[in-house]
Amino acid sequence: MKREDPVVAMAQDAPFVGRPLERVEDAALLTGRGRYGDDLGIKPGTLHAAVLRSPHGHAILKGIDTTAAEAARGVRAVLIGEDVRRWSQPFVVGVKEPMEHWSLAVDRVRYVGEPVAVVVAEDRYLAEDAVDLIRVEYEPLPAVVGIETAIAADAPVLHPAVGTNIVSDRSFRYGDPEAAFADAPHRVSLTVHYPRNSCTPLEGGVVIAEHLPGDEGYEVTSNFMGPFSLHAVIALALKVPGARLRHKVPRDSGGSFGVKQSVFPYVVLMCLASRKAGAPVKWVEDRLEHLAGATSATGRLATIEAAVESDGRITALSFDQFDDVGGYLRAPEPATFYRMHGCLTGAYAVRNLRVRNRVVLTNKTPAGLVRGFGGPQVYFALERLVQRISVVLGLDPLDVYRRNFVPPQAFPYRAAAGALLDSGDYPAALALAVREGGFAELQQRRDAARAEGRLYGIGFAAIVEPSISNMGYITTVLTAEQRAKAGPKNGAIASATVSIDLLGSVSVVVASAPAGQGHMTVCAQVVADAFGLRPEQIVTNVDFDTQKDAWSVAAGNYSSRFAGAVAGTVHLAAVKLRDKLARIAAHQFGLAADEIAFAGGKVFPRSAPERAIPFARAASSAHWAPALLPEGETLGLRETVFWSPEPLAAPDAEDHVNTSAAYGFAFDICAVEVDRATGRVRIDRYVTAHDAGKILNPALADGQIRGAFAQGLGAALMEEFRYADDGGFLSGTFADYLVPTTCEVPDPVILHMETPSPFTPLGAKGLGEGNNMSTPACVANAVADALSTLGDISDLRLPLTPAKVMALIGFDDPAPSKPRERAPEPAAAAGGGRALTATGTTEIGASPEAVFRVLLDPAALTKVIPGCHALQPIGENRYRADVTVGVGLVKARYEAEISLSELDPPRSLRLTGAGLSALGSARGSGRVTLEAIPNGTRLSYDYRAEVSGKVAAVGSRMLEGAARVVLGQLFEQLGRQAGGAAPKPVSWWDRLLRLLGVNK
Amino acid sequence: MNRLEQEQQHLVTVTLNGVSRSGRAETRTLLSDFLRHELGATGTHVGCEHGVCGACTVRIDGVAARACLTLAVQVDGRRVDTVEGLADRDGMLNDLQQAFRRSHALQCGFCTAGILNSCTDFLERVPMPTEQQVRDMLSGHLCRCTGYTPIVAAVLEVAAARQTQPEETIDA
Amino acid sequence: MKPASFEYIRIDSAAEACAQLAEHGEDARILAGGQSLVTVLNMRLAQPQRLLDISRAKALDYVRIDGGKLVIGASATQASVEWRPGLAKEVPLLALAFPNISHFQIRNRGTVCGSVAHADPSAELPLCLALLDGEVVLRSRRGARVLKAGAFFQGMLMTARQPDELVEEVRYPLASPGTGHAFEEFSSRHGDFAIVACAAAVNGDGIRFAVGGVADRPRVVTLPRLAGNALDDALNDFAWELEARDDPHASAAYRRHLVRQIGRRVIEQAGRAIPSAGGH
Repeated sequence: MKREDPVVAMAQDAPFVGRPLERVEDAALLTGRGRYGDDLGIKPGTLHAAVLRSPHGHAILKGIDTTAAEAARGVRAVLIGEDVRRWSQPFVVGVKEPMEHWSLAVDRVRYVGEPVAVVVAEDRYLAEDAVDLIRVEYEPLPAVVGIETAIAADAPVLHPAVGTNIVSDRSFRYGDPEAAFADAPHRVSLTVHYPRNSCTPLEGGVVIAEHLPGDEGYEVTSNFMGPFSLHAVIALALKVPGARLRHKVPRDSGGSFGVKQSVFPYVVLMCLASRKAGAPVKWVEDRLEHLAGATSATGRLATIEAAVESDGRITALSFDQFDDVGGYLRAPEPATFYRMHGCLTGAYAVRNLRVRNRVVLTNKTPAGLVRGFGGPQVYFALERLVQRISVVLGLDPLDVYRRNFVPPQAFPYRAAAGALLDSGDYPAALALAVREGGFAELQQRRDAARAEGRLYGIGFAAIVEPSISNMGYITTVLTAEQRAKAGPKNGAIASATVSIDLLGSVSVVVASAPAGQGHMTVCAQVVADAFGLRPEQIVTNVDFDTQKDAWSVAAGNYSSRFAGAVAGTVHLAAVKLRDKLARIAAHQFGLAADEIAFAGGKVFPRSAPERAIPFARAASSAHWAPALLPEGETLGLRETVFWSPEPLAAPDAEDHVNTSAAYGFAFDICAVEVDRATGRVRIDRYVTAHDAGKILNPALADGQIRGAFAQGLGAALMEEFRYADDGGFLSGTFADYLVPTTCEVPDPVILHMETPSPFTPLGAKGLGEGNNMSTPACVANAVADALSTLGDISDLRLPLTPAKVMALIGFDDPAPSKPRERAPEPAAAAGGGRALTATGTTEIGASPEAVFRVLLDPAALTKVIPGCHALQPIGENRYRADVTVGVGLVKARYEAEISLSELDPPRSLRLTGAGLSALGSARGSGRVTLEAIPNGTRLSYDYRAEVSGKVAAVGSRMLEGAARVVLGQLFEQLGRQAGGAAPKPVSWWDRLLRLLGVNK
Repeated sequence: MNRLEQEQQHLVTVTLNGVSRSGRAETRTLLSDFLRHELGATGTHVGCEHGVCGACTVRIDGVAARACLTLAVQVDGRRVDTVEGLADRDGMLNDLQQAFRRSHALQCGFCTAGILNSCTDFLERVPMPTEQQVRDMLSGHLCRCTGYTPIVAAVLEVAAARQTQPEETIDA
Repeated sequence: MKPASFEYIRIDSAAEACAQLAEHGEDARILAGGQSLVTVLNMRLAQPQRLLDISRAKALDYVRIDGGKLVIGASATQASVEWRPGLAKEVPLLALAFPNISHFQIRNRGTVCGSVAHADPSAELPLCLALLDGEVVLRSRRGARVLKAGAFFQGMLMTARQPDELVEEVRYPLASPGTGHAFEEFSSRHGDFAIVACAAAVNGDGIRFAVGGVADRPRVVTLPRLAGNALDDALNDFAWELEARDDPHASAAYRRHLVRQIGRRVIEQAGRAIPSAGGH
């Protein structure tokens, strides 16, 4: 490389903002020098926690025996509900209802995975050993799983003090929706379901907590990501002043996507565990804990309706929405509704709006922040509706978009519910996507595919992407009167500190808790530009300490606030410090401050660059020679700026609320082909055009878009937390909760335009959540279009798995050529929760009386029940038993109660068992009918079993088969014990044996 | 035959990134925990502990494998290579690491160590892979940040560069 | 997610393994590749008292051709079979199946015998063994016995292995001239458990067709060389024979549909894959 004057070289590179620079973060991350929560050194003597979690979706906690656990090797303490009651208080709740949510279940469990006790031991292995020794007595209650079930009049109620599972019911009205609907020539409506899913960061939660004796409070390091408004929630729960809860965030976080917000209850829990143990405690969330118990996007049931003119113009929208927030309304819920409230009309100029929001509790993990927060749910309804409008009215969907978009000249545009859409040009973004995305070619492909009878479709989605949340938006859930009483809340205060040291090197401190978004890199770019330096010369500190760093209510890594708010505030702080330095240098040059320029690592008079002095020298004199400061100049080279977006007012008396400071835009086009044979959806092309205002680092921006797209695609096609009807959780591993791999994610075509925001310091807006919002709806619209040649299919439920899509396509399931006995049919269809049920018959070579005798004889019954070690009578025909159920490698030892009832000798009885093990609970009940036949007995049975807890969460694929195996063993033994020949099975059991013949 | 009792600490010696290292492990101690908490090699990350996510992938005698599905006592006397051993002693990134940085093939970086180890093993066996082969190999890793495209690009770029360049002169 | 305690015994030979199994039976588990077992241990779904680690037993780490079969020892990894240069000619079905088996990193450690012994109804290696009518060698102190795959697989995760027996080796018959093979799997994602996996071997005598992921074990049917509607009908009858059940990933009817669709495709592919006489 030829030598150049470094000043010239630097000037050529600047400005750095807007360039795709390599990341400052990567050298450490690529060499194993990351500083994630579990990588940090801990104080000697720190103990390790493991959490006992509920295997039941809904149960009363009747008793807990920790004796054996406390006596186990290496155990130092066991924290239970009564400790938590003594040392803490319930979390504050966002609505005015008498709901108690503690960091540990105290009298009732309301979801599978809810913490019930914490074991603190010398290492994690020992802690888990002891967890298995805790005995909990549960009284299972009926669980409510679906929204429809939870809102039924006779539904079991999760929080009896509230009296209903609907804990908030708010209606809103903007403009004159009734008149618009009455006048409209068309009304188009749609009911949609949005599933529970999550972005599942690869690193789980990590908390290291220490209780300081006396009233010194707690010190915590965790990878909680904010919003730090929740620092107040944590401190209140721990009953300490905020300053007595010192919370530190490590530099690196292994992904967050909103999800690490849900670490906060564990901060409280581990503080209390430390208090109980009298030593620092560390907890690292494992994958099973994370999937079962961390958080989820809210499930939503929404009915959306539009009043539509014949040309496709929407004159009014109506939303009737239910959010499934799980077992507790945990902060910041019900924010999923209200984050999007101001911009519920999306990208469309619709003045009339009607909304009803109901927040529903179910026996599932509490919902919370998940990337896109609120957006995926809203746009799945709204954008599917736009597609329906084009179908129902026979219009070109692009025309429907163009006729409804907020016009470019209308910005800043006040949307019906109060969002102040700051800037944009939606038709131009649509045109960009159509032109550069190759829409014409996709249309040709569709025509060609359809001519061959293939299923090819094109979908669209237009989304307004909010960023920088108004901290007051959540108060929209309250009535205007309640808000008036509580006092207004608004704004989104960001902070940044920039300082220059004795040798002139520049440091930045931000409270943004990043998780891979490259905050260090962008801060360096922004500050380098302000000072005329190179980004390598700027050191950014993103680890965060609530006792030493500048922060306020909005601190943290959420609502896509970095580019607009944090980087903007860094810019303001750097400029403020630069101006100070300019004043100091101007004094020395004998010039006015505005005569001073910064470039190429030098400070110089604009009119006389040859007088330049090195930046370091200009800076150092302020430290070493305060006497040289101009009169009245303050000491020190460190500036902290707090900034809040001007337009973020509190909700007004008519419930208008500007929910976010900036609103980006994305227009997506998706082309899919659906395999007629299997129902598999293949993405042929995905085009996503974004307008996020000024882009600070295009490489990082594209990285955010690709990542969000992959997650949106996962939500569209495969990701879902599944629950059984009894509240059992069925997606407990990464083999059950399906995250797309490199084989499933195509490369999207990414397009940009830049319409700067007038409301953020650098004109930047968020763009990292857009595709979480747009992609599920866009893929669904494409699938709807692909299936449109088969009929009018509107009810598409995510994820669009091949099985579901195939069911929509329809297929023949011809009967076999030879009539055959039906196999035992399961109770419910795939995809939903279900109990394990079956009916069948078997023949036993002994009389009904003999069979019945076996069932009534404890010694014989012991041998009949698979894995039963001994039956201890505890009542008439009631026994306690120790039963080891094993299938292949897997073995679970249950403490069980077995009973016989409905005795009608020798004709019928009911055999019931219920057991609890460290792997979860199991309950089963079967009616057995005996009928004398020549040479023996025909035994008919029907059983229903429910398996919950870990076995169900990690083994749902195998449960049905395992139940069959166990049942097979039971009848085989019954035949033997009855003294007859081995059972002579018929029906499916018969074929199980016959298949050996097939299998030659 | 070698019998190790439970609930006792056993000395385990491995050649970690070329250096002989010893530490204590119970029979049940997972290699991932042993590397991180006993030997201090925290670059290997733990993401699922059931073999799906790939974050903990290391090389055992050169072969990419899940540290979470391997017991520490199983690797006694063997060679284990982790992300810490990829760059040279001065911190100069190797060609694969450089390509990852150039391509923005990482964001949070939590999955990256495992991916680098898989790629290192794979590219030795398949020096000139197709994109589909690379995607198949990478399907044993979950990344929630990048959407995978830049990772695939980085691997293909390194494979191509190694074909045209002698291995010694890879730094920029 | 940490395993419960166990005693660990490093095993160097089949005899050592058999001695331990004879003594401890069900309380001992063979640890070969550990790719299923350690997962189950980490979840504490199994808490064996001792693990018999054969992963470094050189005497059991072999892959060789013997008696017209590809013979794979208990410690041989899947990768050591997959990366055999001649595999596509030796046992073409295995070469077709391997890319579907989990992932590169898992195959590096996972063993063929371990997968067969585990008998997951969705697993590919048992399916191939069943289709090819391969053999399993079970050794104990009582001696060795050789079972056909059809007799070995007895149900979901259940086999004919007795608690004192080691799956010492498995034997996949080498491809016979004039037979074409095909394999296709339908799973949620690349490398996942099969929702339906189909394998076929077709020659002049007829069709052998096997399905995994539906019944409680791999199931095989032998058919004459059918085509068209007759083949569809036979496949449909077989699909019903499999007693498909609904589960969270797929309904029974959908699984039957996939057996019919993929089955037909696989059988046709296998027919096309028959090496032409005098070829190469």
